Amino acid sequence: MADPMKMRATLKDGVADVRVLMVHEMESGQRRDAAGKLVPAWHITEVVAALNGKPVLKALWGPAISKNPLLGFRVRGAQAGDTITISWVDNRGDKRSDEVKVA
Amino acid sequence: MNPSRRNGLRSAGSLSLYAALSAIGLFEGRPVSAQTFDATLFQAKSLSELIRMLGGASAATSKEILITAPDFAENGALVPVTVRSQLPRTDQISLLVEKNPDPLAASFQLLEGVEPDLRLNVKMGQSSDVIALVRADGRFYVARKDIKVTIGGCGG
Repeated sequence: MADPMKMRATLKDGVADVRVLMVHEMESGQRRDAAGKLVPAWHITEVVAALNGKPVLKALWGPAISKNPLLGFRVRGAQAGDTITISWVDNRGDKRSDEVKVA
Repeated sequence: MNPSRRNGLRSAGSLSLYAALSAIGLFEGRPVSAQTFDATLFQAKSLSELIRMLGGASAATSKEILITAPDFAENGALVPVTVRSQLPRTDQISLLVEKNPDPLAASFQLLEGVEPDLRLNVKMGQSSDVIALVRADGRFYVARKDIKVTIGGCGG
């Protein structure tokens, strides 16, 4: 199981500003190890963000997203105390889901 | 040009996009799982092939899409990029790095309430254009920004 995400959701004028920092190697599949062998790609492939359980943003990611990915987005209509949930799955089938309250 | 012909081309583009994204389950309420990931989008080796697969073959350049990123990136492994669309009813944003081995970095589907204003960090193998392909009100638009990279972030 991967390490938890760091998440923050700050409310301003009815819009929640969400920042997510995921912990993932995001191996590109282009890199070679010391022996010259290609290191196989290992990266997050899907991300879903939900507000109070309802999906608001879906993403497909490739290997070109940086290690320990950062994602920033804003959601209208959020209120203090609402729950933002972020879920991801990687190409090895590992998955992780974390949530934060809008503050 | 004949306007009805243009519209026909546009809807043909949207249809192929819908087919491509339906295949990867983006329009269905399926839970996130590794099985719904379709690698074919990420296997497109040429940029034009990828843009065609995304449905944006006839996309028009738009000044309403703003890409914020450094002109010079010292480290290609971490290039902060913000894409903002001022086009009404923007519901899809894809971010491409033209000269990367896999040009597609990410494709976002905006559902209810999310502003078309996304921030993420991407890897760049070399100096290249980054391309934002946006779908708004059923039509496709693109914007480009050139980023010079000092140290590439793909190999190592």
